[in-house]
Amino acid sequence: MAGAACALYAARAGLDVTVVDRGPVAGGTTGAGEGNLLVSDKEPGPELELALLSQRLWAELAAEPGLGAAFEYEPKGGVVVASTPEGLTALEGFAAGQRAAGVEAVSVAPDQLRELEPYLTPDTAGGVLYPQDAQVMPTLAAAHLLRASRARLLTGWNVIDVPRGADGAVRGVRTDRGEIHAPTVVNAAGTWGGELAALVGVHLPVLPRRGFVLVTEPLPRRVRHKVYAADYVADVASDSAALQTSPVVEGTAAGPVLIGASRERIGFDRSFSLPAVRALAAGATRLFPFLADVRAMRTYLGFRPYMPDHLPAIGPDPRVPGLVHACGHEGAGIGLGTGTGQLIAQVLSGKVPELDLTPFRPDRFAPAEEDA
Amino acid sequence: MNPMELAQARPGPAFTVTLDGREIEALPGQTVAAALWTAGITSWRSTRGEGRPRGVLCGIGVCYDCLVTVNDRPNQRACLVPLKPGDAIRTQEGTGHDG
Repeated sequence: MAGAACALYAARAGLDVTVVDRGPVAGGTTGAGEGNLLVSDKEPGPELELALLSQRLWAELAAEPGLGAAFEYEPKGGVVVASTPEGLTALEGFAAGQRAAGVEAVSVAPDQLRELEPYLTPDTAGGVLYPQDAQVMPTLAAAHLLRASRARLLTGWNVIDVPRGADGAVRGVRTDRGEIHAPTVVNAAGTWGGELAALVGVHLPVLPRRGFVLVTEPLPRRVRHKVYAADYVADVASDSAALQTSPVVEGTAAGPVLIGASRERIGFDRSFSLPAVRALAAGATRLFPFLADVRAMRTYLGFRPYMPDHLPAIGPDPRVPGLVHACGHEGAGIGLGTGTGQLIAQVLSGKVPELDLTPFRPDRFAPAEEDA
Repeated sequence: MNPMELAQARPGPAFTVTLDGREIEALPGQTVAAALWTAGITSWRSTRGEGRPRGVLCGIGVCYDCLVTVNDRPNQRACLVPLKPGDAIRTQEGTGHDG
Protein backbone atom coordinates (compact mmCIF):
# COMPACT_ATOMS: atom_id res chain seq x y z
CA MET A 1 0.00 0.00 0.00
CA ALA A 2 2.75 2.42 0.95
CA GLY A 3 4.45 1.73 -2.38
CA ALA A 4 1.26 2.30 -4.37
CA ALA A 5 0.64 5.59 -2.58
CA CYS A 6 4.26 6.69 -3.09
CA ALA A 7 3.89 5.90 -6.80
CA LEU A 8 0.66 7.85 -7.06
CA TYR A 9 1.81 11.02 -5.33
CA ALA A 10 5.29 10.94 -6.90
CA ALA A 11 3.82 10.52 -10.38
CA ARG A 12 1.40 13.36 -9.72
CA ALA A 13 4.35 15.49 -8.64
CA GLY A 14 5.71 14.97 -12.15
CA LEU A 15 8.29 12.29 -11.41
CA ASP A 16 9.00 9.26 -13.59
CA VAL A 17 8.05 6.23 -11.47
CA THR A 18 8.66 2.51 -11.87
CA VAL A 19 7.10 0.15 -9.32
CA VAL A 20 9.02 -3.10 -8.78
CA ASP A 21 7.29 -5.86 -6.83
CA ARG A 22 8.56 -9.41 -6.46
CA GLY A 23 4.99 -10.63 -6.09
CA PRO A 24 1.62 -9.50 -7.37
CA VAL A 25 0.00 -6.21 -6.36
CA ALA A 26 -1.01 -6.41 -2.67
CA GLY A 27 0.59 -9.86 -2.37
CA GLY A 28 2.31 -9.07 0.93
CA THR A 29 0.83 -7.44 4.02
CA THR A 30 -1.60 -5.16 2.14
CA GLY A 31 -3.72 -8.07 1.01
CA ALA A 32 -3.67 -9.68 4.45
CA GLY A 33 -5.25 -6.90 6.49
CA GLU A 34 -8.67 -5.40 6.98
CA GLY A 35 -8.15 -2.03 5.30
CA ASN A 36 -8.53 0.07 8.41
CA LEU A 37 -8.05 3.82 8.29
CA LEU A 38 -7.93 4.55 12.00
CA VAL A 39 -7.26 7.53 14.17
CA SER A 40 -9.01 5.99 17.20
CA ASP A 41 -6.15 3.70 18.24
CA LYS A 42 -3.41 6.32 18.07
CA GLU A 43 -2.14 8.42 20.93
CA PRO A 44 -1.17 12.05 20.30
CA GLY A 45 2.19 12.22 18.55
CA PRO A 46 3.78 11.83 15.14
CA GLU A 47 1.85 8.70 14.17
CA LEU A 48 -1.48 10.39 14.91
CA GLU A 49 -0.45 13.43 12.86
CA LEU A 50 0.40 11.12 9.97
CA ALA A 51 -2.94 9.34 10.42
CA LEU A 52 -4.88 12.61 10.33
CA LEU A 53 -3.02 13.72 7.19
CA SER A 54 -3.69 10.31 5.63
CA GLN A 55 -7.41 10.44 6.50
CA ARG A 56 -7.74 13.74 4.67
CA LEU A 57 -5.93 12.34 1.63
CA TRP A 58 -8.01 9.15 1.60
CA ALA A 59 -11.17 11.26 1.66
CA GLU A 60 -9.83 13.36 -1.23
CA LEU A 61 -8.95 10.27 -3.27
CA ALA A 62 -12.34 8.72 -2.52
CA ALA A 63 -14.00 11.86 -3.88
CA GLU A 64 -12.22 11.51 -7.24
CA PRO A 65 -14.57 10.17 -9.91
CA GLY A 66 -14.77 6.38 -9.74
CA LEU A 67 -12.03 5.88 -7.16
CA GLY A 68 -13.93 5.81 -3.84
CA ALA A 69 -16.49 3.27 -5.03
CA ALA A 70 -13.74 1.24 -6.71
CA PHE A 71 -11.89 0.63 -3.46
CA GLU A 72 -14.99 0.45 -1.23
CA TYR A 73 -14.22 3.55 0.83
CA GLU A 74 -16.53 3.58 3.83
CA PRO A 75 -16.30 6.47 6.32
CA LYS A 76 -18.20 4.38 8.83
CA GLY A 77 -16.65 5.51 12.10
CA GLY A 78 -15.15 3.47 14.89
CA VAL A 79 -16.64 2.54 18.24
CA VAL A 80 -14.37 1.61 21.14
CA VAL A 81 -16.11 -0.29 23.91
CA ALA A 82 -15.06 -0.49 27.55
CA SER A 83 -16.31 -3.47 29.51
CA THR A 84 -15.51 -2.16 33.00
CA PRO A 85 -15.72 1.25 34.74
CA GLU A 86 -11.89 1.23 35.12
CA GLY A 87 -11.52 0.52 31.44
CA LEU A 88 -13.90 3.36 30.65
CA THR A 89 -11.93 5.81 32.79
CA ALA A 90 -8.74 4.89 30.94
CA LEU A 91 -10.50 5.14 27.57
CA GLU A 92 -11.95 8.56 28.43
CA GLY A 93 -8.51 9.81 29.45
CA PHE A 94 -7.04 8.52 26.19
CA ALA A 95 -9.84 10.17 24.18
CA ALA A 96 -9.36 13.51 25.96
CA GLY A 97 -5.73 13.58 24.86
CA GLN A 98 -6.75 12.71 21.31
CA ARG A 99 -9.36 15.50 21.22
CA ALA A 100 -6.69 18.01 22.11
CA ALA A 101 -4.71 16.72 19.11
CA GLY A 102 -7.57 17.22 16.66
CA VAL A 103 -9.38 13.89 16.80
CA GLU A 104 -13.17 13.80 16.93
CA ALA A 105 -14.09 11.58 19.87
CA VAL A 106 -17.65 11.40 21.22
CA SER A 107 -18.34 9.78 24.59
CA VAL A 108 -21.21 7.33 24.39
CA ALA A 109 -23.27 5.96 27.30
CA PRO A 110 -24.11 2.22 27.35
CA ASP A 111 -27.71 2.65 26.15
CA GLN A 112 -26.59 4.96 23.34
CA LEU A 113 -24.00 2.37 22.34
CA ARG A 114 -26.84 -0.01 21.57
CA GLU A 115 -28.40 2.62 19.33
CA LEU A 116 -25.15 2.85 17.39
CA GLU A 117 -24.73 -0.94 17.35
CA PRO A 118 -28.02 -2.74 18.01
CA TYR A 119 -26.40 -6.19 18.22
CA LEU A 120 -23.69 -5.16 20.72
CA THR A 121 -23.69 -6.83 24.11
CA PRO A 122 -25.69 -4.82 26.68
CA ASP A 123 -22.93 -5.60 29.16
CA THR A 124 -20.67 -2.56 28.70
CA ALA A 125 -19.58 0.39 30.79
CA GLY A 126 -19.68 2.78 27.85
CA GLY A 127 -17.55 3.74 24.92
CA VAL A 128 -16.25 6.37 22.55
CA LEU A 129 -17.34 7.01 18.96
CA TYR A 130 -14.65 8.09 16.49
CA PRO A 131 -16.44 9.44 13.39
CA GLN A 132 -13.19 9.85 11.43
CA ASP A 133 -12.37 6.13 11.36
CA ALA A 134 -12.93 4.62 7.93
CA GLN A 135 -12.27 1.50 5.90
CA VAL A 136 -11.19 0.59 2.39
CA MET A 137 -10.81 -2.75 0.64
CA PRO A 138 -7.00 -2.78 0.75
CA THR A 139 -6.22 -4.92 -2.28
CA LEU A 140 -8.51 -2.86 -4.49
CA ALA A 141 -7.11 0.34 -3.00
CA ALA A 142 -3.51 -0.59 -3.85
CA ALA A 143 -4.50 -1.69 -7.35
CA HIS A 144 -6.54 1.41 -8.11
CA LEU A 145 -3.95 3.80 -6.72
CA LEU A 146 -1.34 2.14 -8.92
CA ARG A 147 -3.61 2.34 -11.94
CA ALA A 148 -4.37 5.99 -11.24
CA SER A 149 -0.63 6.72 -10.93
CA ARG A 150 0.04 5.43 -14.49
CA ALA A 151 3.46 4.39 -13.18
CA ARG A 152 5.30 1.57 -14.92
CA LEU A 153 4.45 -1.58 -12.96
CA LEU A 154 6.78 -4.59 -12.89
CA THR A 155 5.23 -7.42 -10.89
CA GLY A 156 7.17 -10.64 -10.45
CA TRP A 157 10.49 -8.76 -10.48
CA ASN A 158 12.61 -9.57 -7.46
CA VAL A 159 15.17 -7.00 -6.33
CA ILE A 160 18.44 -8.83 -5.67
CA ASP A 161 20.83 -5.93 -5.34
CA VAL A 162 20.95 -2.16 -5.08
CA PRO A 163 24.04 -1.04 -7.00
CA ARG A 164 25.84 2.09 -5.86
CA GLY A 165 28.17 4.46 -7.68
CA ALA A 166 31.67 5.51 -6.74
CA ASP A 167 30.19 8.33 -4.65
CA GLY A 168 28.14 5.79 -2.66
CA ALA A 169 24.82 6.91 -4.10
CA VAL A 170 22.31 4.33 -5.31
CA ARG A 171 22.11 3.84 -9.08
CA GLY A 172 18.84 1.88 -9.22
CA VAL A 173 18.02 -1.75 -8.55
CA ARG A 174 19.20 -5.05 -9.96
CA THR A 175 16.45 -7.64 -10.27
CA ASP A 176 16.27 -11.25 -11.37
CA ARG A 177 14.88 -9.95 -14.65
CA GLY A 178 17.17 -7.04 -15.35
CA GLU A 179 18.55 -3.80 -14.04
CA ILE A 180 16.59 -0.59 -13.63
CA HIS A 181 18.49 2.68 -13.40
CA ALA A 182 17.20 5.43 -11.16
CA PRO A 183 18.73 8.18 -9.06
CA THR A 184 16.36 7.39 -6.20
CA VAL A 185 15.14 4.09 -4.77
CA VAL A 186 12.15 4.10 -2.38
CA ASN A 187 12.12 1.13 -0.04
CA ALA A 188 8.41 0.35 0.32
CA ALA A 189 8.95 -3.36 0.92
CA GLY A 190 6.80 -3.44 4.04
CA THR A 191 7.67 -6.30 6.37
CA TRP A 192 10.57 -7.15 4.07
CA GLY A 193 11.91 -3.57 4.19
CA GLY A 194 14.70 -4.62 6.54
CA GLU A 195 15.93 -7.19 4.01
CA LEU A 196 15.94 -4.60 1.25
CA ALA A 197 17.85 -2.18 3.47
CA ALA A 198 20.37 -4.95 4.16
CA LEU A 199 20.98 -5.26 0.41
CA VAL A 200 22.13 -1.66 0.52
CA GLY A 201 24.17 -2.38 3.63
CA VAL A 202 22.13 -0.36 6.11
CA HIS A 203 20.43 -1.49 9.28
CA LEU A 204 16.64 -1.15 9.50
CA PRO A 205 14.99 -3.41 12.11
CA VAL A 206 11.66 -4.32 10.52
CA LEU A 207 10.28 -7.46 12.15
CA PRO A 208 7.19 -9.54 11.34
CA ARG A 209 4.30 -9.39 13.81
CA ARG A 210 1.79 -12.06 12.83
CA GLY A 211 -1.94 -11.52 12.86
CA PHE A 212 -4.95 -13.68 12.03
CA VAL A 213 -8.30 -12.54 10.73
CA LEU A 214 -11.38 -14.72 11.03
CA VAL A 215 -13.96 -14.38 8.23
CA THR A 216 -17.63 -15.22 8.80
CA GLU A 217 -20.29 -16.26 6.33
CA PRO A 218 -21.88 -13.27 4.55
CA LEU A 219 -24.47 -11.53 6.69
CA PRO A 220 -26.85 -8.61 6.35
CA ARG A 221 -25.34 -5.44 7.83
CA ARG A 222 -25.35 -6.16 11.57
CA VAL A 223 -22.09 -4.51 12.55
CA ARG A 224 -22.21 -0.92 11.42
CA HIS A 225 -18.93 0.56 12.66
CA LYS A 226 -15.51 -0.78 13.32
CA VAL A 227 -16.06 -1.97 16.88
CA TYR A 228 -13.30 -2.96 19.21
CA ALA A 229 -12.54 -3.43 22.87
CA ALA A 230 -10.61 -0.76 24.72
CA ASP A 231 -7.73 -3.15 25.49
CA TYR A 232 -6.88 -3.24 21.75
CA VAL A 233 -4.96 0.02 22.09
CA ALA A 234 -2.76 -1.44 24.82
CA ASP A 235 -2.07 -4.53 22.70
CA VAL A 236 -1.05 -2.44 19.69
CA ALA A 237 1.37 -0.44 21.81
CA SER A 238 2.84 -3.49 23.53
CA ASP A 239 6.34 -4.76 22.85
CA SER A 240 5.62 -8.34 23.86
CA ALA A 241 6.40 -11.16 21.48
CA ALA A 242 3.79 -13.47 23.02
CA LEU A 243 0.34 -14.02 21.58
CA GLN A 244 -2.06 -11.18 22.35
CA THR A 245 -5.63 -10.93 21.15
CA SER A 246 -8.27 -8.27 21.61
CA PRO A 247 -11.54 -8.29 19.72
CA VAL A 248 -11.92 -6.08 16.67
CA VAL A 249 -15.14 -6.63 14.73
CA GLU A 250 -16.34 -5.07 11.51
CA GLY A 251 -18.72 -5.71 8.66
CA THR A 252 -17.63 -5.43 5.04
CA ALA A 253 -19.28 -4.19 1.89
CA ALA A 254 -19.33 -7.78 0.60
CA GLY A 255 -21.18 -9.18 3.66
CA PRO A 256 -18.74 -11.22 5.73
CA VAL A 257 -17.80 -9.94 9.18
CA LEU A 258 -14.05 -9.69 9.80
CA ILE A 259 -12.79 -10.56 13.27
CA GLY A 260 -9.32 -9.62 14.52
CA ALA A 261 -6.92 -8.95 16.01
CA SER A 262 -4.07 -11.14 17.14
CA ARG A 263 -0.47 -10.13 17.47
CA GLU A 264 2.56 -12.34 18.01
CA ARG A 265 6.17 -12.24 16.97
CA ILE A 266 7.24 -15.67 15.81
CA GLY A 267 8.99 -14.87 12.56
CA PHE A 268 7.43 -15.59 9.16
CA ASP A 269 5.57 -18.69 10.36
CA ARG A 270 2.50 -19.21 8.16
CA SER A 271 1.09 -22.19 10.05
CA PHE A 272 -2.44 -22.02 11.41
CA SER A 273 -2.82 -21.31 15.13
CA LEU A 274 -5.94 -22.67 16.79
CA PRO A 275 -5.25 -20.82 20.08
CA ALA A 276 -5.08 -17.50 18.24
CA VAL A 277 -8.22 -18.06 16.19
CA ARG A 278 -10.14 -19.48 19.15
CA ALA A 279 -9.29 -16.39 21.20
CA LEU A 280 -10.47 -14.16 18.34
CA ALA A 281 -13.81 -15.97 18.14
CA ALA A 282 -14.31 -15.85 21.91
CA GLY A 283 -13.49 -12.15 22.11
CA ALA A 284 -15.76 -11.21 19.24
CA THR A 285 -18.63 -13.21 20.71
CA ARG A 286 -18.25 -11.31 23.99
CA LEU A 287 -18.76 -8.05 22.08
CA PHE A 288 -21.45 -9.36 19.72
CA PRO A 289 -23.27 -12.38 21.23
CA PHE A 290 -25.11 -13.13 17.94
CA LEU A 291 -21.78 -14.21 16.43
CA ALA A 292 -21.96 -17.40 18.49
CA ASP A 293 -24.47 -18.76 15.94
CA VAL A 294 -22.63 -17.49 12.88
CA ARG A 295 -20.34 -19.69 10.83
CA ALA A 296 -16.70 -18.79 10.31
CA MET A 297 -15.78 -19.55 6.70
CA ARG A 298 -12.05 -19.16 6.75
CA THR A 299 -9.11 -17.36 8.28
CA TYR A 300 -6.20 -15.53 6.78
CA LEU A 301 -2.98 -14.26 8.23
CA GLY A 302 -0.38 -11.66 7.55
CA PHE A 303 2.80 -10.18 8.92
CA ARG A 304 2.74 -6.60 10.11
CA PRO A 305 6.00 -4.72 9.62
CA TYR A 306 6.84 -4.10 13.26
CA MET A 307 9.47 -1.61 14.34
CA PRO A 308 10.79 -1.49 17.92
CA ASP A 309 9.34 1.97 18.60
CA HIS A 310 6.09 1.39 16.64
CA LEU A 311 6.83 4.20 14.20
CA PRO A 312 7.45 3.73 10.47
CA ALA A 313 10.64 4.66 8.65
CA ILE A 314 9.82 7.50 6.28
CA GLY A 315 12.27 9.71 4.45
CA PRO A 316 15.80 9.83 3.03
CA ASP A 317 18.42 7.60 4.56
CA PRO A 318 21.33 9.88 5.55
CA ARG A 319 23.69 6.91 5.31
CA VAL A 320 23.08 6.28 1.58
CA PRO A 321 22.41 9.11 -0.90
CA GLY A 322 19.40 8.31 -3.08
CA LEU A 323 17.89 5.75 -0.71
CA VAL A 324 14.51 6.69 0.74
CA HIS A 325 12.42 4.54 3.09
CA ALA A 326 8.64 4.18 3.31
CA CYS A 327 8.05 1.05 5.35
CA GLY A 328 7.54 -0.30 8.88
CA HIS A 329 3.96 0.90 9.43
CA GLU A 330 3.08 -2.17 11.51
CA GLY A 331 -0.70 -2.73 11.40
CA ALA A 332 -1.53 0.73 10.12
CA GLY A 333 0.00 0.70 6.65
CA ILE A 334 -3.27 1.21 4.81
CA GLY A 335 -4.36 4.03 7.10
CA LEU A 336 -0.94 5.70 7.00
CA GLY A 337 -0.24 4.90 3.35
CA THR A 338 -1.57 8.02 1.67
CA GLY A 339 0.19 10.41 4.03
CA THR A 340 3.41 8.45 3.61
CA GLY A 341 3.09 8.68 -0.18
CA GLN A 342 2.46 12.40 -0.03
CA LEU A 343 5.44 13.04 2.28
CA ILE A 344 7.74 10.92 0.10
CA ALA A 345 6.60 12.78 -3.03
CA GLN A 346 7.31 16.09 -1.30
CA VAL A 347 10.80 14.91 -0.31
CA LEU A 348 11.52 13.61 -3.82
CA SER A 349 10.47 16.88 -5.42
CA GLY A 350 12.72 18.88 -3.13
CA LYS A 351 9.92 20.43 -1.11
CA VAL A 352 9.70 20.69 2.64
CA PRO A 353 7.47 17.81 3.76
CA GLU A 354 4.32 19.01 5.47
CA LEU A 355 5.06 16.88 8.55
CA ASP A 356 8.36 16.82 10.43
CA LEU A 357 10.08 13.56 9.44
CA THR A 358 12.49 13.54 12.38
CA PRO A 359 10.52 10.97 14.43
CA PHE A 360 10.44 8.69 11.37
CA ARG A 361 14.09 8.96 10.41
CA PRO A 362 15.35 5.58 9.21
CA ASP A 363 18.75 5.74 10.94
CA ARG A 364 17.31 6.12 14.44
CA PHE A 365 18.10 2.53 15.41
CA ALA A 366 21.61 1.62 16.43
CA PRO A 367 22.41 -1.97 15.37
CA ALA A 368 22.78 -2.96 19.04
CA GLU A 369 19.16 -2.00 19.71
CA GLU A 370 17.92 -4.61 17.33
CA ASP A 371 15.13 -6.64 18.87
CA ALA A 372 15.71 -10.29 18.09
CA MET B 1 -24.58 -43.61 -18.52
CA ASN B 2 -25.50 -44.28 -14.91
CA PRO B 3 -22.43 -43.36 -12.81
CA MET B 4 -23.39 -45.96 -10.18
CA GLU B 5 -22.79 -48.70 -12.74
CA LEU B 6 -19.39 -47.26 -13.54
CA ALA B 7 -18.44 -47.34 -9.87
CA GLN B 8 -20.22 -50.65 -9.27
CA ALA B 9 -21.94 -48.92 -6.37
CA ARG B 10 -24.57 -50.74 -4.36
CA PRO B 11 -26.01 -48.03 -2.14
CA GLY B 12 -28.62 -48.73 0.53
CA PRO B 13 -32.26 -47.91 0.00
CA ALA B 14 -33.19 -44.40 -1.07
CA PHE B 15 -34.89 -42.02 1.34
CA THR B 16 -36.82 -38.79 1.02
CA VAL B 17 -35.72 -35.23 1.71
CA THR B 18 -37.42 -32.00 0.71
CA LEU B 19 -36.37 -29.06 -1.43
CA ASP B 20 -38.54 -26.03 -0.68
CA GLY B 21 -41.22 -28.44 0.54
CA ARG B 22 -41.13 -30.67 -2.55
CA GLU B 23 -40.01 -34.27 -2.00
CA ILE B 24 -36.92 -35.56 -3.76
CA GLU B 25 -35.05 -38.83 -3.38
CA ALA B 26 -31.58 -39.21 -1.97
CA LEU B 27 -29.23 -42.15 -1.47
CA PRO B 28 -27.26 -42.89 1.69
CA GLY B 29 -23.96 -41.01 1.62
CA GLN B 30 -25.08 -38.48 -0.96
CA THR B 31 -24.34 -34.85 -0.35
CA VAL B 32 -27.00 -32.19 -0.80
CA ALA B 33 -25.40 -31.22 -4.10
CA ALA B 34 -25.33 -34.79 -5.39
CA ALA B 35 -29.01 -35.32 -4.59
CA LEU B 36 -29.99 -32.03 -6.20
CA TRP B 37 -28.00 -32.79 -9.34
CA THR B 38 -29.55 -36.26 -9.51
CA ALA B 39 -32.96 -34.58 -9.36
CA GLY B 40 -31.93 -32.39 -12.30
CA ILE B 41 -31.52 -29.23 -10.20
CA THR B 42 -28.31 -27.31 -10.86
CA SER B 43 -28.99 -23.94 -9.24
CA TRP B 44 -30.24 -23.31 -5.69
CA ARG B 45 -28.87 -19.99 -4.57
CA SER B 46 -29.02 -16.42 -5.84
CA THR B 47 -26.12 -14.05 -5.22
CA ARG B 48 -26.47 -11.24 -2.69
CA GLY B 49 -25.54 -8.39 -5.02
CA GLU B 50 -27.22 -9.11 -8.31
CA GLY B 51 -29.43 -12.12 -7.60
CA ARG B 52 -27.60 -14.34 -10.08
CA PRO B 53 -28.13 -18.13 -10.00
CA ARG B 54 -25.50 -20.32 -8.37
CA GLY B 55 -24.89 -24.03 -7.83
CA VAL B 56 -21.80 -26.24 -7.61
CA LEU B 57 -18.57 -24.77 -8.93
CA CYS B 58 -15.60 -26.51 -7.30
CA GLY B 59 -17.47 -29.38 -5.68
CA ILE B 60 -14.82 -29.79 -2.98
CA GLY B 61 -15.75 -27.20 -0.36
CA VAL B 62 -13.38 -24.46 -1.37
CA CYS B 63 -15.34 -21.93 -3.43
CA TYR B 64 -18.43 -21.38 -1.23
CA ASP B 65 -20.56 -20.94 -4.35
CA CYS B 66 -23.02 -23.78 -3.65
CA LEU B 67 -24.31 -22.38 -0.34
CA VAL B 68 -27.72 -23.61 0.69
CA THR B 69 -29.99 -23.63 3.73
CA VAL B 70 -30.37 -27.05 5.36
CA ASN B 71 -32.68 -27.56 8.34
CA ASP B 72 -32.91 -23.78 8.82
CA ARG B 73 -29.16 -23.27 8.92
CA PRO B 74 -28.07 -21.02 6.02
CA ASN B 75 -24.76 -20.88 4.16
CA GLN B 76 -23.91 -24.58 4.26
CA ARG B 77 -21.82 -25.95 1.45
CA ALA B 78 -24.11 -28.27 -0.53
CA CYS B 79 -21.10 -30.17 -1.85
CA LEU B 80 -19.98 -31.19 1.66
CA VAL B 81 -23.14 -31.75 3.72
CA PRO B 82 -24.34 -35.41 3.71
CA LEU B 83 -28.09 -35.89 3.69
CA LYS B 84 -30.19 -37.70 6.30
CA PRO B 85 -33.77 -38.86 5.84
CA GLY B 86 -36.22 -36.00 6.22
CA ASP B 87 -33.69 -33.18 5.82
CA ALA B 88 -35.31 -29.92 4.71
CA ILE B 89 -33.29 -28.16 2.03
CA ARG B 90 -34.26 -24.64 1.11
CA THR B 91 -32.98 -22.56 -1.78
CA GLN B 92 -31.18 -19.52 -0.50
CA GLU B 93 -31.41 -15.91 -1.52
CA GLY B 94 -28.70 -13.44 -0.64
CA THR B 95 -27.06 -14.04 2.72
CA GLY B 96 -29.73 -16.55 3.78
CA HIS B 97 -30.22 -14.50 6.94
CA ASP B 98 -33.20 -12.26 7.55
CA GLY B 99 -32.26 -8.67 6.91
